Amino acid sequence: MSTLTQKKGFGATIWDFLTTVDHKKIAILYLLAGGFFFIVGGIEAVLIRMQLAVPNNDFVSAGTFNEIITMHGTTMIFLAAMPILLGFMNAVMPLQIGARDVAFPFVNALGFWLFFFGGVFLNLSWFLGGAPDAGWTSYASLAIHSKGHGVDFYVLGLQISGLGTLIGGINFLVTIINMRAPGMTYMRMPLFSWTTFVASALILFAFPPLTVGLTLMMFDRMFGSNFFVVANGGNTVIWEHLFWIFGHPEVYILILPAFGIFSEIFSTFSRKRLFGYSSMVFATVLIGFLGFMVWAHHMFTTGLGPVANAIFAVATMAIAVPTGIKIFNWLFTMWGGSVKFTTPMYWAFAFIPSFVMGGVTGVMLGTAPADYQYHDSYFVVAHFHYVIVGGVVFGIFAATHYWWPKMFGTMLNETLGKITFWLFFVGFHLTFFIQHFLGLWGMPRRVFTFLPGQGYETSNMISSIGALFMSLGVIVLLINVVMTSVKNVKVGNDPWEDGRTLEWTIPSPPPFYNFKQLPLVRGLDPLWLEKTAGKKGMTPAEPLGDIHMPNSSFIPFMISFGLFFAAFGVLYNGEKSWAVPVIIIGLLITFGSMLVRSVKDDHGFHIHKEELMDENDKGVKA
Amino acid sequence: MANQQLNSRNPRVDLEYRRRKSAEEMRYQVVSFSLMIFLTLVAFAAVAIKGFTAWFTAPFIVLLAFVQVIFQLYYFMHMSHKGHEAPSLFLYFGLFFALVMALAFMTIIWW
Ligand code: HEM
Ligand SMILES: [Cu+2]
Repeated sequence: MSTLTQKKGFGATIWDFLTTVDHKKIAILYLLAGGFFFIVGGIEAVLIRMQLAVPNNDFVSAGTFNEIITMHGTTMIFLAAMPILLGFMNAVMPLQIGARDVAFPFVNALGFWLFFFGGVFLNLSWFLGGAPDAGWTSYASLAIHSKGHGVDFYVLGLQISGLGTLIGGINFLVTIINMRAPGMTYMRMPLFSWTTFVASALILFAFPPLTVGLTLMMFDRMFGSNFFVVANGGNTVIWEHLFWIFGHPEVYILILPAFGIFSEIFSTFSRKRLFGYSSMVFATVLIGFLGFMVWAHHMFTTGLGPVANAIFAVATMAIAVPTGIKIFNWLFTMWGGSVKFTTPMYWAFAFIPSFVMGGVTGVMLGTAPADYQYHDSYFVVAHFHYVIVGGVVFGIFAATHYWWPKMFGTMLNETLGKITFWLFFVGFHLTFFIQHFLGLWGMPRRVFTFLPGQGYETSNMISSIGALFMSLGVIVLLINVVMTSVKNVKVGNDPWEDGRTLEWTIPSPPPFYNFKQLPLVRGLDPLWLEKTAGKKGMTPAEPLGDIHMPNSSFIPFMISFGLFFAAFGVLYNGEKSWAVPVIIIGLLITFGSMLVRSVKDDHGFHIHKEELMDENDKGVKA
Repeated sequence: MANQQLNSRNPRVDLEYRRRKSAEEMRYQVVSFSLMIFLTLVAFAAVAIKGFTAWFTAPFIVLLAFVQVIFQLYYFMHMSHKGHEAPSLFLYFGLFFALVMALAFMTIIWW
């Protein structure tokens, strides 16, 4: 494969990525797009901290500030963290369960392009009259009255990208249920595949409420309905419920894959089986289930009444139990292991105390009466950044270093990796630790400035300096990526030398069909088992035979582009004369592409046994 | 039936067995189909016949609908077969979450 890509011209490579249905290439697309949005969201974060560095600042206006915080939150959650995690799931999960691709490769590509066009649409708001400004939660009481088209961009952009995420999740579920290699039972699945499974189930159940909420909001704002308009008998609290029924599971959609990443890293670099594997699986499923029972803890102060508050408070605190199980299992995995401190292990090691602090403030917030004090203060901001940055973003950095060699065949520089770690780790605690106290001292969240003489100056300054350190860390990572790609030193199957799971049994990057012969899985950590039995690789579970592969297709791009196009018409409906034709043309593109897909037979192609044998003879194995 | 895995590559091996199995399957389908038509008629009758109050007919029809859903899922969509554990698990969880949400909307949203 690598020689093939080298010969290809630039245009051909682009076309290859626009039409690909290969899960490994889609993973790279997710990482590129998610990484881009991560940088955009990061720049917004830096602007926020610049504005808040000193009191009475007029670096940005109040209105612009609202747009920046809204876009920062929305971008980071929907367009950066989740797609990057979906990217790693795409890259690694099929390899870990011993599959040649996901169940529906075409749908996989469609999911990516929907997310991508939704994200682009949302961000175009900056150039088309102003970004959304009602917060990432877009509470209806604010959003309905927001002037301009900002919130419309939010509604339509998230609707399109949410569709992509939903079908991505369904695809992963079907893949894991149906496509595990021979011997790969559920209870032998690596933890990252397990967390992918549970997170996908959460996507399946959590995104429909968001879709409903966004649809109601779309009708209220663009077509004159009154679901959330109090003056006409609507109710804004319904939006809050719909949003948080989605929103709380969403935070677990983010953290569970990160838990999976760390589980792989802890056991690989402690060179030990994951401690309490079955309890880890149990805790993952339980967290997923409880995640749906707690959404009202975001709404304690809306006046649900003491009974409802008490029920949701208890349910919220219950989640700390399975989370605690996981923390102890990670600690016991390291205990007595021969621990190797690689860059991924640095992130994993630092994750434990950072995330536990976020969990503790979570339980504090979950105490309903106390939440009346904390709510909408910087304390909440500190809480969720501790869990999201200390958990999810650390996980993303760890996974980037850990799986980079598998995805790209080169090893990121370890020294630069550790510099990134220290800069980011110090910057993170500098930025967010002090925010707990800012909150307790009374600084509300989402304010565009503060007055001097209230005791907030030094702390805000410290917080802004921390943001500088984090930015430097990210820049060092980018330098690392560029340097590694330029040097292009190729590595073998198992570059960390301690690989335990199936992805380390095949070349880096894997051939496009992944496994020449599906491996026979004999237990948890299959590669490790074979290694301890004195073997180099897996025993094949099937004779060498033809492999059936799907054809590339440009249709997913067109389906998504049609929706993107139509969204402009919906947005300017009733304002511009071209609105309705644009809606119609856009939908024609989408449904026309779907029709082409349905009527045109595409049976894919076969890689013949002989071609596979040829490669064999070139000297990998006898 | 994609879900019935053969142990042998020879499709004739348990032809007899599979024929009997299919016949049995067919009988279930016909029985449940006639039952469903019958239940639908009962539902119409409950509305058409004078003398029942709405307090009786409404819950009664809902009950019949519930039975119909079970028939539909288990006999027509083959959820009773082996290999459908995962779909039924997801169905029941989805149902459960939806009911929790409906309960919350009915109890804790104030107007
Ligand atoms: C032990 C576990 C956790 C508990 C008990 C908990 C509890 C809470 C509570 C009660 C709030 C509402 C605070 C308020 O607005 O007054 C909250 C906010 C939040 N939590 Fe957590 N949490 C936990 C873990 C997590 C995790 C793992 C994540 C994400 C990965 C997360 C992300 C968030 C976010 C984003 C918000 C703020 C949403 C907003 O208002 O913008 N939490 N948490
Ligand atoms: Cu929550």
